[in-house]
Amino acid sequence: MPKRTDISHVLVIGSGPILIGQAAEFDYSGTQACRVLRSEGLRVSLVNSNPATIMTDPDVADATYVEPLTPEFVEQVIAKERPDALLATLGGQTALNIAIGLYENGTLERYGVRLIGADVDAINRGEDRQMFKDIVRSIGADAPRSRVCGSVEEALETAAEVGYPVVIRPSFTMGGLGSGFATDEPMLRRMAAHGLTDSPVHTVLIEESVLGWKEYELELMRDRSDNVVVICSIENVDAMGVHTGDSVTVAPAMTLTDVEYQRMRDVGIAVLREVGVDTGGCNIQFAVNPADGRLVVIEMNPRVSRSSALASKATGFPIAKIAAKLAIGYTLDEITNDITGVTPASFEPALDYVVVKIPRFAFEKFPGADPRLTTTMKSVGEAMALGRNFPEALGKAMRSTETTVAGFWTGQPDGRSAAELLEALRTPVDGRLYTAEAALAAGATVEQVAEASGFDPWFVDQVALVREVAAEVRDAPALTPELLRRAKRHGLSDRQVAALRPELAGEDGVRSLRWRLGIRPVFKTVDTCAAEFAARTPYHYSSYDEETEVEPREKPAVLILGSGPNRIGQGIEFDYSCVHAVMALQDAGYEAVMVNCNPETVSTDYDTADRLYFEPLTFEDVLEVVEAERAAGPVAGVVCTLGGQTPLGLAQRLKDAGVPVLGTSPEAIDDAEDRGAFSRVLADAALRAPEHGTATTFAEAREIAAGIGYPVLVRPSYVLGGRGMEIVYDDATLEAYIAKATDVSPAHPVLVDRFLEDAVEIDVDALYDGAELYLGGVMEHIEEAGIHSGDSACALPPITLGSADLAGIRAATEALAARIGVRGLMNVQYALKDDVLYVLEANPRASRTVPFVSKATAVQLAKAAARIAVGESIADLRGAGVLPATGDGTDLPEDAPIAVKEAVLPFHRFRTVEGHGVDTVLSPEMKSTGEVMGLDDGFGTAFAKSQTAAYGSLPTSGSVFVSVANRDKRAAVFPVKRLADLGFRVLATAGTARVLRRNGVACEVVGKYSEGPGNVVERIQAGDVDIVVNTPFGSPGNSGPRLDGYEIRTAAVAAGIPCITTVQGLAAAVQGVEALRRGDLRVRSLQEVHAGLAPRP
Amino acid sequence: MSEAILVLEDGRTFRGEAYGTVGTTVGEAVFATGMTGYQETLTDPSYAGQIVTMTAPHIGNTGVNVEDDESRRMWVAGFVVRDPARRPANWRATGSLDDELRAQGVVGISGIDTRALTRHLRERGAMRAGISSESADADALLARVRAAEGMAGADLAPQVSTREPYVVPAAGETRFTIAALDLGIKTATPRHLAALGVETHVLPSTATAADLLEHGPDGVFLSNGPGDPAAADYAVAAVRGVLDAGRPLFGICFGNQILGRALGLGTYKLRFGHRGLNQPVLDRVSGTVRVTSHNHGFAVDAPLDRSTDTPYGRVEVSHVGLNDDVVEGLRLLDAPAFSVQFHPESAAGPHDAAPLFGRFVDLMQSVRDGGPAVSPATTVEHSTGERA
Repeated sequence: MPKRTDISHVLVIGSGPILIGQAAEFDYSGTQACRVLRSEGLRVSLVNSNPATIMTDPDVADATYVEPLTPEFVEQVIAKERPDALLATLGGQTALNIAIGLYENGTLERYGVRLIGADVDAINRGEDRQMFKDIVRSIGADAPRSRVCGSVEEALETAAEVGYPVVIRPSFTMGGLGSGFATDEPMLRRMAAHGLTDSPVHTVLIEESVLGWKEYELELMRDRSDNVVVICSIENVDAMGVHTGDSVTVAPAMTLTDVEYQRMRDVGIAVLREVGVDTGGCNIQFAVNPADGRLVVIEMNPRVSRSSALASKATGFPIAKIAAKLAIGYTLDEITNDITGVTPASFEPALDYVVVKIPRFAFEKFPGADPRLTTTMKSVGEAMALGRNFPEALGKAMRSTETTVAGFWTGQPDGRSAAELLEALRTPVDGRLYTAEAALAAGATVEQVAEASGFDPWFVDQVALVREVAAEVRDAPALTPELLRRAKRHGLSDRQVAALRPELAGEDGVRSLRWRLGIRPVFKTVDTCAAEFAARTPYHYSSYDEETEVEPREKPAVLILGSGPNRIGQGIEFDYSCVHAVMALQDAGYEAVMVNCNPETVSTDYDTADRLYFEPLTFEDVLEVVEAERAAGPVAGVVCTLGGQTPLGLAQRLKDAGVPVLGTSPEAIDDAEDRGAFSRVLADAALRAPEHGTATTFAEAREIAAGIGYPVLVRPSYVLGGRGMEIVYDDATLEAYIAKATDVSPAHPVLVDRFLEDAVEIDVDALYDGAELYLGGVMEHIEEAGIHSGDSACALPPITLGSADLAGIRAATEALAARIGVRGLMNVQYALKDDVLYVLEANPRASRTVPFVSKATAVQLAKAAARIAVGESIADLRGAGVLPATGDGTDLPEDAPIAVKEAVLPFHRFRTVEGHGVDTVLSPEMKSTGEVMGLDDGFGTAFAKSQTAAYGSLPTSGSVFVSVANRDKRAAVFPVKRLADLGFRVLATAGTARVLRRNGVACEVVGKYSEGPGNVVERIQAGDVDIVVNTPFGSPGNSGPRLDGYEIRTAAVAAGIPCITTVQGLAAAVQGVEALRRGDLRVRSLQEVHAGLAPRP
Repeated sequence: MSEAILVLEDGRTFRGEAYGTVGTTVGEAVFATGMTGYQETLTDPSYAGQIVTMTAPHIGNTGVNVEDDESRRMWVAGFVVRDPARRPANWRATGSLDDELRAQGVVGISGIDTRALTRHLRERGAMRAGISSESADADALLARVRAAEGMAGADLAPQVSTREPYVVPAAGETRFTIAALDLGIKTATPRHLAALGVETHVLPSTATAADLLEHGPDGVFLSNGPGDPAAADYAVAAVRGVLDAGRPLFGICFGNQILGRALGLGTYKLRFGHRGLNQPVLDRVSGTVRVTSHNHGFAVDAPLDRSTDTPYGRVEVSHVGLNDDVVEGLRLLDAPAFSVQFHPESAAGPHDAAPLFGRFVDLMQSVRDGGPAVSPATTVEHSTGERA
């Protein structure tokens, strides 16, 4: 069946900002879809509010709308573009929900737009839990007993019927938001209430518990001739009860016989047909009772999902790409398998390797958050690894997560007894595999560990096997070549071997011994077919096996090191830069070789680079890739400056090992990171930094603070995303901070800086080639200095800076770049206070804001940086059209639109152990998971769009609650007055109310949380408040005002209303409200915007 | 851990560890890409005489159980795996695979680069090989390998076939009775037929047409089996007798090759064969693609673009393998006979093709009802398999 002829213009909806549960995988799938549709000759329009995506690059779609993902804005796009089809199955739950919204409000019918991929009925059948269960039962399969409930009372009744514990699953939410287990009535009461709020249709499913059962997923695809194939089976190491996104997972399934697997496949296919997903991918989750094999269907996603991305990377079968082709009418047998180039896509991949995925968490960012893993997803990223056996893949995956430990025996020994460890295993938390290993080490049996953890005994036995190998390594009189090879075949890193054999002089000693003995990894190929057919795509992974498959090449290669698992502070923005580098280097005549271990990304698509190595980003693993590529042909060098802190941390060691490091030298990177060296750079450039000092003890820190004066900003050195950064107002808090930072030492000092209150913070991304500076963009933060730049909203062009300010910034940036020795990108953060420019930090690498700046100014900074890294100058790049012929990012036309970046924060995903929300206050430590861009003519409208995109629309009427710190009261008066003038009712706490009334703002006094009944928290919960303005004061964790603020903010987040925590944010919000009331928010494509930015004659 | 070697007839040698029974074995080296179903594979008579390399690295994870054997014993000549399980983990397991291999005298090797071996066989074709865990002398083993018979010309069906006829009753009411020629039949086949109300009389491979038709069966079934179809003229003769009698006939795998030869078509040896659970096959009548279970080293040679005249009327290629355009099914247009090269009984493998047994039943019903005595071609059938 050939391509449909009734479609010529497709609207693709992306997934918006990166959230927990909806991350970079949808950039990967959306990008693939757009490219496929265009290559089929269709016009593609795209809506996605997330600028840090490859899919929103202006050359991916014909018309790209970086606009809020709401039905209203998408309707405007439809009205303007008039597409004839809408593809919503590749943009996660967000896109699916919008599609349903557009269907329900009649937009699709009005404009004659057809949904392709899955229709609304199929979406509802898949997503509506009761309908889905009925379908499962109708085909003779089993599902847990349950009922959909619309009230807490109904939930309690149902639980009484099916028996505790029960599962709560809110309808139509993603990443398991709001779901969990309740073991008793009070717990259910609370969780059901939250779940009813989280669900857009206000229903929750209450279900029989299958806690502890084995958990599986199948990824399926169907075409419109009703051919169905299973792309991948995935088995979770963590049993039912832990969200699959938070579970360690393995592909293919390891512990099913063919009989059981085929039954799962039959059920999966029957469910897919019955639900009626016309074409494309879907994912079905199963639970299997380990005692008797009872198989129940848990849920399905009638769309491409996070698991689809994992399955695509795990098998080499590009699910999103194929889904897009199926949506426009092709059948599976009409599509060629890219990897073999000769066989069709209507087959099921066969794997001759094992894939392990390990989630990456960020609990350290959310003090007080409950670290227990439940059915609500909490991880922020994941690493995947491939090996020729499970231990090898597991070892690689463990070191890919880049946590403080890099596999067994690389951390502190666990001193607990077997009994304690077994008890600990009963509670699912991050890192349970380490606990399982420790329990085995402490004498527990495989059966005991399996029973306590719920891990299948087979997995536990594999850990036991790794332990036995390690014991041989540790206990052998001498490390023989056979034993070392055996260790490597079981996934042990050089670092792990070094930990077991201290006499080998560390990791470097192990490596030199290993190299001397010729024990080297080979590189195998992911080929979808277990070597039955030859593969054309060089998608490789390492293994300590016999035969390597790396082909020789002629062109010089450049290796680009990716950024590893997504985490807060190092996310999709860095992958964007890496992908751009790949494209730029290919244009410049190089073979681009990508090294990364993050399955969610575009960079790990086998189509992106010329060669892909899916490998951990550790020194050992990267060096082996370099050596393999050197054996294959000339290697120009390695790019370490685009993937964030991960590759940056490898630069010096790679250089020391004789690997050419391209771009800014590791020494220069070190100069910028090292306090002393950086001070000399600043002094040399006659630039100022806030007064500061370096301390290794509390006494030292106190002395420095006394000299500078409180408040001070304290932080560890060498961090990204402001890990462990705090503003400290007094000695006591400082002492507590130092005590908490356990690894403070001369090698890891604490930095103490003067905190500049009421300063404007400025972010700059620039390129430098040794002679010329290209100032890519100057961003003015909306929140004052002290909020991490990643969490702060910012505007480009800067809205309040004058030309003298910009000239000063340019001069300072150039002076810094020249003295540091930047060759490529540099990001500088400045604070402007009382007309004095302070340098807060300079990072000679790609920053988080590079994609935002590139989208806002129509200049691809990362591409230019990659070309500078291989020796081209800015003048060359101006000539080659990579950079504008003249001018730079500060020379935007006067009428250039304003781009506002807003951060998206995950507070509502976390709860404390007691079940309360976590505090939502912003601080110097980055907490956001993603970002959106609002683009419009004026600041107010752009800001309003950014808020709508990030949090849903600002209210245009209603009530505002205001409670601000004393220092903010003066500044709050005018914006609050403006809201009152616009007709908002003002509620305020007593102190704030007093100031407001004196300034002529009528307001109602509302009690603080600590003031008992009728207080503000109750008012928020009752729906009486539409915006909360609360700036924090007092020290964190104390009682009193700080705690009051905490209760207010968490209530606001729980109620889903805007919660503004800075005065600057309030001022911006008022402009946004004004813009919304004028109703003049229009959509404009990036292509139109960029055409307007082009230099005019 | 004792050592073992695997030597291919072209001299390539792999060194690994002993697995299963300690000993020496010789056979045809092939690879199977299924990720599940090693127990079914080991007990599938079609693998007789073959040293089977599993491309999936972890084998033995679910141990062995009493339900999943496809015949009375393991038939492989040797077994090659990368990472054998140290313990079984499955609620149905009654023992470990390692123990079972030893109990049944299967010589194996583990720990070798099975992907390198697979790529070698893919490029150079299936070839004779030997495994020894008794002697590390590769030259001696190579000499033995080169002295062994190849698969071409091998007549293996009589070795695996039942000696005595037996009956598998229908589940519930008996709607039809058939005679099945056991060329290496798997237990899943009569089980599928029984579920459709068919009583199966399984006869030894040497059964003649007269034997097959003796009790007036509603149809005749030709099973899968090992070896070169060109060496099984006795079966070809029997099939011609059944065709002469006009009885409905359905053949699978080896049975497809025998039907082809009975019709006068040729058979040939594939370079490395099809052995896996993921093979896409196009049903050329309905246009649907099924993911099917394959295990064949030989194939029928027939034109894809037209029907061919035979002494029994026209035959057309009903199914084709989409990976390499190999003939995967035959359908007589003027007589009630059809066959497929793949395994509708699966075990191991997907159940997509199970409706073919229903087609056989429909054909018998049609003939009984006096309808057109030609092989059926339905358009839409979903896997009923083990109905969910």
